[in-house]
Amino acid sequence: MESATVSVQPRRSNASAWGGLLKTNVIWAVVLAIVGYIVAHWLGGKIAGNIAAEQNPGGTDQADIAILLGLFGSIVGWMLGLGFFNYPLKRMLGRPPSLHEGGESGAWRYFRLCTDHKVVAMQYLVATLFFFFVAGLNAMFIRTELTSHNATLFPSGNYLTLVGLHGTMMLTMMSAGVIGPLGNWLVPIMIGARRMAFPRIESLTMWLTVLAGFVLLSATLLGGFPTGWTGYAPLADQARAGIDSYLVSFLLIGISLVLVGLNIIVTVVTLRAPGMSWNRLPIFVWGMVTTSILAVLAAPVLAAALFMVMCDRSIESTFFVSSSGGSPLLWDELFWFFGHPEVYILALPGFGIVLEILPVFARKPLWGYRLAVAGMFGVALMSFMVWQHHLFMSGINANLRPFYMFTTELISIPTGVIFLNGFGTLWKAKIRFTVPMLFCTAFFFNFLIGGLSGVFLSDVTSDVVTHGSFFVMAHFHYTIMGGLVFALMGGIYYWLPKMTGFNLNQTLGKIHFWTMFVFFNLTFFPLFAAGMLGMPRRVSTYNADLHTLNVFVSIMAFCLGLSMIIFIVNLVWSMVFKRERAAENPWHSKSLEWQIPTPVPSYNFEEIPTITGDPYGYGLPEGPVVDFGRRRPAVAAGKAGA
Amino acid sequence: MSPTAAKTSGTVEPRHGRNFAILWAVATAIMVPIIIWVVGPHIPPGSMSDNTRAQHDVDVALTALAMPVLMLVWVFLAYAIKNFRADKTSEAIVDGPPIKGNARIQATWLIVSAVLVVGLAAYGTIDLFVEHGVGGGQGSNPLAKPADAKGALQIQVIGQQWMWTFRYPGYGGVETQTLELPMGRDVEFHVTSLDVVHSFWAIELGVKADAVPGADNVAFVRALRTGSFQVRCDELCGLWHGQMSTTGRVVSSAQFQSWIGATAKRYAGVTKVLPPYSLTYYPPPTRNAT
Repeated sequence: MESATVSVQPRRSNASAWGGLLKTNVIWAVVLAIVGYIVAHWLGGKIAGNIAAEQNPGGTDQADIAILLGLFGSIVGWMLGLGFFNYPLKRMLGRPPSLHEGGESGAWRYFRLCTDHKVVAMQYLVATLFFFFVAGLNAMFIRTELTSHNATLFPSGNYLTLVGLHGTMMLTMMSAGVIGPLGNWLVPIMIGARRMAFPRIESLTMWLTVLAGFVLLSATLLGGFPTGWTGYAPLADQARAGIDSYLVSFLLIGISLVLVGLNIIVTVVTLRAPGMSWNRLPIFVWGMVTTSILAVLAAPVLAAALFMVMCDRSIESTFFVSSSGGSPLLWDELFWFFGHPEVYILALPGFGIVLEILPVFARKPLWGYRLAVAGMFGVALMSFMVWQHHLFMSGINANLRPFYMFTTELISIPTGVIFLNGFGTLWKAKIRFTVPMLFCTAFFFNFLIGGLSGVFLSDVTSDVVTHGSFFVMAHFHYTIMGGLVFALMGGIYYWLPKMTGFNLNQTLGKIHFWTMFVFFNLTFFPLFAAGMLGMPRRVSTYNADLHTLNVFVSIMAFCLGLSMIIFIVNLVWSMVFKRERAAENPWHSKSLEWQIPTPVPSYNFEEIPTITGDPYGYGLPEGPVVDFGRRRPAVAAGKAGA
Repeated sequence: MSPTAAKTSGTVEPRHGRNFAILWAVATAIMVPIIIWVVGPHIPPGSMSDNTRAQHDVDVALTALAMPVLMLVWVFLAYAIKNFRADKTSEAIVDGPPIKGNARIQATWLIVSAVLVVGLAAYGTIDLFVEHGVGGGQGSNPLAKPADAKGALQIQVIGQQWMWTFRYPGYGGVETQTLELPMGRDVEFHVTSLDVVHSFWAIELGVKADAVPGADNVAFVRALRTGSFQVRCDELCGLWHGQMSTTGRVVSSAQFQSWIGATAKRYAGVTKVLPPYSLTYYPPPTRNAT
């Protein structure tokens, strides 16, 4: 299936360390992004300065046209600096097609457009973890503010900006947090391919994600934004220029999600190795495919809605201004039509990781493989039919509420299937509780609480109490942090030795797990009660009788933050200072990615392998699961455990 | 591999299915009564209105129903962690039995969860109609109304950055900054906003309805005893969202009549210059308010 014209050997790079500096790379990208902002902002001021002043007789301290154009200018500069326009220009000039961007070896490839999916995945991992920790730090500030029920530590606007940054950054970066690093790294290798279908687009999605993070942070320079991650109009229409950063940043993530989704779907459909039939596809790949379907279908709606707010703010359209015939409810509908599939974009990768790791440490085949795939597709499909449960109290047509209550509860069936698969796999197993396995076990513990609290929110009667309160906040932290982030941590401990070639410290890993698990639950479980007792989300002050509860939660949250520091220490210690070479198959897994050498060669497989067996064939007397052809790599399948 | 290993080491595999089922049944039998009779009475939001009673009952029912599921997972995890471990003393990797699935268990699981879901949805829907919307905002054309909706006291709730005001159309459309309502009479809230989206949450009354500019959102309540209740904004509305709260009072019918009469008289001059009572208001949009 692989094109025969692709050469197996990576092109030798002539560039020295200093030569890399002169080529397109992230330094040029930063410079040109700033230049692009300045030029486009100036242009926007020239075009629209007078118009804006006339149309806002009340006076304005902002020029949204100039700021939005400036932000778009910085996107162009960023892509120019990274060299994303080089290839299209070369093709226009009649040069032959090529997969290479030059300089695909050496350290510089991590700082530029690179078409090696493993390099892009590592870039993704570093970038999303960086923003994950920035957003986590914001959460620490939020919890600090909430240690007092009436005093304000931060000025109100800054506090809301912290809330918005935490929410938006977590949501956007964690949407990319699994599909980016693990998806891009594992999907080609798991299906026996040498690359993703569109390597340049793959790199583009990664660099757009990085830019999105920094554009979002630029909101702090433009006055912050008061809307939280949901960006409700008309508050977004009314807000200061910081909201423009939010809009452009979310738009970039939306575009990135669509592209990464298309890339993964096309890769899985077209680049599977011979013998990799649909019912041999690893469950993690199915998780990525279903996530991609959601991303491709949901993110364009968000992009459209964001454009409408941009138009409201810059060219004085009135999509969300009720006094001019618009409707704020339009934003609610469009946003949540994206927003609910989005939360499953944050859940399905977790299902994929957990069900992929469980069989390895249970030493049993994945129980009910077909049902698991059906469950993932069920979740993906159903997630487009439930969004109005976010609007139960909003005053939309009340006749729809029983329907959305029913569909929301219906989605627990395919989700419950994932639990059945996990438990079937653990039944009579020979479990080894390694660090990845601990995280996967905790996933079920946490996600169950998230799921059961979701039943309260789906029931309209109960939702009247809990809607928009800290109960909701605890609920989605149980599903996203307790679910996705725990699964992601498991995935990192499981696959990072293969990705980098170095082992993570298992003792520190266990300390990390236990502190994170205990303090995660102590942080978020009490917040269910806070919500039911009348604490709305995103407040900086609350009723005095909830003070003790909130102080307790804040202390637990700081301890949760400390557990993240243990993780960072482990990462830095194991990857930089105390490097210990990883074995080729340390977990004795039967899936394809563990049968190739560590570190993985640039083109993954010297010859496209033929898949001959089930990746979960534990306990079965089957032979090797893969035939590497004449040039077999060092490790033979299935023998590693002996 | 494993059956042979078990045989050679002389241990008899216990009947895991039966043991697990017993443990689960015992845990459930312990937890459900605890939830209903020990935890249940403390579950918010109290019993000040017909809504909060219904909400309390539903929350207790859902928590009790959640227990079998919660125990299924927790007991299973505990059971698996205790019984399905690899031999720690040996470095050798031993495979478990290659069970790939079980159609009967899968079908049973799907059927049971489907029955639960249909039951929950039916319960929720019936509750929604019997309790006339349970205090949730139902939009301008409410589906579920109390029996004598015509006789309900109408109160308009107006959200604006960052305060609540209340208009009583039955008393000349007088606008007040304090919310008072009579005990034992159906109240029909009409919630709207002048600027951005707010959400009217009368916590102890069990009422929650978004205040959307240009939209009329109706919610019903009948207060069952007198006392005060908190009103908070439940939808992020800008800078002082957290401070957008007030205290309301439920008073006896006679007290309410004298209060509203006095208030209408006192604010008569103000009422005259107010915009005439309407279900929605369209002030020009503001910018830069934050």
